[in-house]
Amino acid sequence: MGWFRRKEKELQQEIEAHLEMAAQDRIERGESPEQAAQRAKREFGNVALITETTSDTWNWAWLEPFSQDVRYGLRMFAKTPAYTAIAILTLALGIGANTALFSVVNGVLLNPLPFPDPNQLVIIHESKPNFDQGSISFPNFLDWQRDNKSFSAMGISRGYAFILTGMGDAEQVNADFVSSGFFPALGLNPILGRSFLPGEDQVGATPIVMISEGFWRRKFGSQPDVLGRVLTLDAKNYTIVGVVPASFHGGIAGLRERELYAPVGQWSNPILMNRGAGLGFHGVGRLKPGVTVKQAQADMDVVTQNLAAAYPDVNNGVGSKLAPLKEQIIGDVQPYLLVLLAAVGCVLLIACVNVANLLLARASGRTQELAVRVSLGASRARVVRQLLTESCLLAFFGGVLGFLIAASGTRTALKVLPVALPRADNVGMDARVLIFTMALSVLAGLLFGLVPALRVSRPDLHEKLKQGGRGGSGVRHSTQSALVVTETALALVLLVGAGLMLRSLSRLWNVDPGFDPENVVTFGLSLPPTTMTASPEAIRTAFREFDRRLRAIPGVAAVSQSWGAVPISSDDEQLFWIEGQPKPTNDKEMNWAIGYIVEPEYLNAMRIPLRQGRFFSEQDNERGPRVVVVDDVLASKYFPHGDAVGKRIQIRNNQDWTGAEIVGVVGHVKQWGLDTDDTETVRAQLYIPCMQMPAEFIGMTPSGSTVIIRSDRMNSGLLEAVRKASREMSSQQVIFGVQTMSGIISESLSTQRFSMILFGIFAAVALLLATVGMYGVISFLVGQRTHEIGVRIALGAERGDVLRLVLAQGAKMAGWGIAIGSVGALLITPLLRRLLFGVRPADPLTLVTVALLLSAIAMLACYLPARRALGVDCMAALRYE
Amino acid sequence: MPPKPRYQNRIELLQGTLDLLILQTLLWGPQHGYGISQAIRLNSGDVLDVETGSLYPALHRLERQKWIKAEWKTSENRQRIKEYRLTAAGRKQLLTERSRWNKLSDAIAGILNPVAGE
Repeated sequence: MGWFRRKEKELQQEIEAHLEMAAQDRIERGESPEQAAQRAKREFGNVALITETTSDTWNWAWLEPFSQDVRYGLRMFAKTPAYTAIAILTLALGIGANTALFSVVNGVLLNPLPFPDPNQLVIIHESKPNFDQGSISFPNFLDWQRDNKSFSAMGISRGYAFILTGMGDAEQVNADFVSSGFFPALGLNPILGRSFLPGEDQVGATPIVMISEGFWRRKFGSQPDVLGRVLTLDAKNYTIVGVVPASFHGGIAGLRERELYAPVGQWSNPILMNRGAGLGFHGVGRLKPGVTVKQAQADMDVVTQNLAAAYPDVNNGVGSKLAPLKEQIIGDVQPYLLVLLAAVGCVLLIACVNVANLLLARASGRTQELAVRVSLGASRARVVRQLLTESCLLAFFGGVLGFLIAASGTRTALKVLPVALPRADNVGMDARVLIFTMALSVLAGLLFGLVPALRVSRPDLHEKLKQGGRGGSGVRHSTQSALVVTETALALVLLVGAGLMLRSLSRLWNVDPGFDPENVVTFGLSLPPTTMTASPEAIRTAFREFDRRLRAIPGVAAVSQSWGAVPISSDDEQLFWIEGQPKPTNDKEMNWAIGYIVEPEYLNAMRIPLRQGRFFSEQDNERGPRVVVVDDVLASKYFPHGDAVGKRIQIRNNQDWTGAEIVGVVGHVKQWGLDTDDTETVRAQLYIPCMQMPAEFIGMTPSGSTVIIRSDRMNSGLLEAVRKASREMSSQQVIFGVQTMSGIISESLSTQRFSMILFGIFAAVALLLATVGMYGVISFLVGQRTHEIGVRIALGAERGDVLRLVLAQGAKMAGWGIAIGSVGALLITPLLRRLLFGVRPADPLTLVTVALLLSAIAMLACYLPARRALGVDCMAALRYE
Repeated sequence: MPPKPRYQNRIELLQGTLDLLILQTLLWGPQHGYGISQAIRLNSGDVLDVETGSLYPALHRLERQKWIKAEWKTSENRQRIKEYRLTAAGRKQLLTERSRWNKLSDAIAGILNPVAGE
């Protein structure tokens, strides 16, 4: 507005100068100064009005032709409300879908993480000989922290569940054990109090804790005097030193929300200081300014190589693996989102093609109007500009409507769809999305407006003027047909993509996970805090008692504790070597298997098939000889002669090795998920009976065990009965995190399902738009050919001939569209390869099915207007002449 | 559309003529708004009295069409005044307008004073 203000001031000065000079002249002619000023003013006239009329010349003048076009366009819209509504709705659909998906991409991929200088943040894993992203042992971490030269701060964290007592009912509280560098590395400042200081994370330090803003509100009503208060967690007293803001999500792996943060050293795990034990810690580091991830990785390689030389028995082959934080968080969904973005772009293209067709069809009605304008002296550029203004106006309205649809739709969709989207709470409408929508609208307006505008404003217009508006349709006809072919091809590509994703999802559903997930429930169990310091005998007794009470519930068929890996949801690795073969000298050479620590009924609960020998019995307890069961992958890999049963292996717990006899072989379970299990490096599986675990391991189990039960009645009554049974045992015992096994499997496919659903929706919209487009064009052509058809009928053409005539026209367009689309699909679908499972990108079944479907719909879209053509009254048609 | 300002019709009516007069006046050298109106009045023998309400919109319009160019000067009594100067494009425009005007006035004269004996 500064420009306008300045111009106004200048004009004022100009007028003042004028008045002064006029007055001066009068004074020289002998008038008194007062009289001169007054008369000069009167002679000048109304200053305000003159200012206004003058400023009008620079005001909106440059906008004048534009606003003329806009007003004219609006009048045209008002005259053809149905046409306008269809065009705007079509565009709103296309732009809305794009806006919605862009808001997701914007929130997930483009927006910065909620930390200062997020590009300096990296995730740190400990790489093992066969696993890139292993967990870090605390002693190794402490050495990394001391020896590295690349990080300004470094921290580790690990999830944990405390039992909170002394504040109402005992409850389970999600927490993270963090090292003192964790919050400084993320650059997080507490909203109250302080974060942990160096040294406070050591074993034996005073118990202190930080609480989340949510926990602060829930338990303390956000009172500021919370610092210094004491929480009783796992029967130990922790002093509160700080409050973490709600905007922060701590657990790095999935950035889950935690309620409490306690220093690592407070963890009562006896092997915390064991260099060979990963224990689920993952790290985050902040690079020093100017240090790249690559440089830091090189630095860390030196550090870890030195450690491997210093501790060859446990650290041989152990390195570190760095990855930018953002990449780590969004890595999995990025390809899905980008493919979806491309798909939704196609939908918009189809919408544009449709509207272009509408404009073309309508332009035939305006040929004369435009011809008159041109012959009255309007330049071609002027006419094109006017038509483009109209189409941009349409696109603008479509964009506004689309934005509204997207704004409400995205929120609903994210709530309703089973989404496994990281950072989903970050998705919303912001300035960037708005700019995107507006830019998209203008682009769309130019895109669908340009072809009709150029076509209609062709300089041979006066020819049309002479012909009374019915000529020239041949040219337009070919343009329209080309547009229909284009949108049919695009729709076909989208449908093939959706079909491929649907097929791979159904393939995934049909993968046998190696166990029967139906009717299986898992949940977490924490025994009362007092049990945590009890003797191993007392702990075993407590678990046996718990199992016994659960078995007594009607309908429960099998109950098992599980202290190691759980299929698909969590993993645990077990090292072993085979007796009779030389013992490998270090971990790198050792044999690796997935370790399941379970009870005898586990096999029945999961319905894993027994191949050879037997599974565990109640006699395989702390007093019995040590036994293990292996899966057929381990058996065939290490005992290729089918003689695994009866062989002995050495298994490691902590630093100690124990011999155990293999008593059975069971089926393989898809531990790593339905899609990727076959390609993982560690696939051998080893089962160990819970009750034979050493005392120090038993000591850790009361704070968190997984329970697996099979029941023939899966309803809320079952869970109620489980909770009741648990309460009857002890009111301080906590059941948490209830999930069905089929739910876990379904969740593991949620990204695939989410993309499949969205892709399906986009393809459906594309199909709908293409059908409408084809219907519209055929209707229009039939209308154009009314005269010709009438003549044919008058000359004795049969109904079938006319029908064939119209259908042939549609079939030709659909055929070209399908042919071009098929080629396009074959070229484009290989890009989907990463997202597919069990289906080749060039899947003939999908392609043929989609092509048939599209042909059928195209024929239907042509049939209706063709029927109308049959009703043409030949006399009326002839009378036109 | 807001109602048209009162002066608009008169501007339309005088537009071609006033533009011509302004361009012609500036042919003799740069001049400010007051000076132009005085010059037109004096040179027309007090017949044509240009309304300021038409003059200033016309000046600003001609400026926008780049036929004249404005410059801020300081007068003897150190007042800031805006002076208009004819541009090359304006000179060309003046020639066109003059020939058009001549044709028009010849034509009108021909109608008003028909040559006898035709």
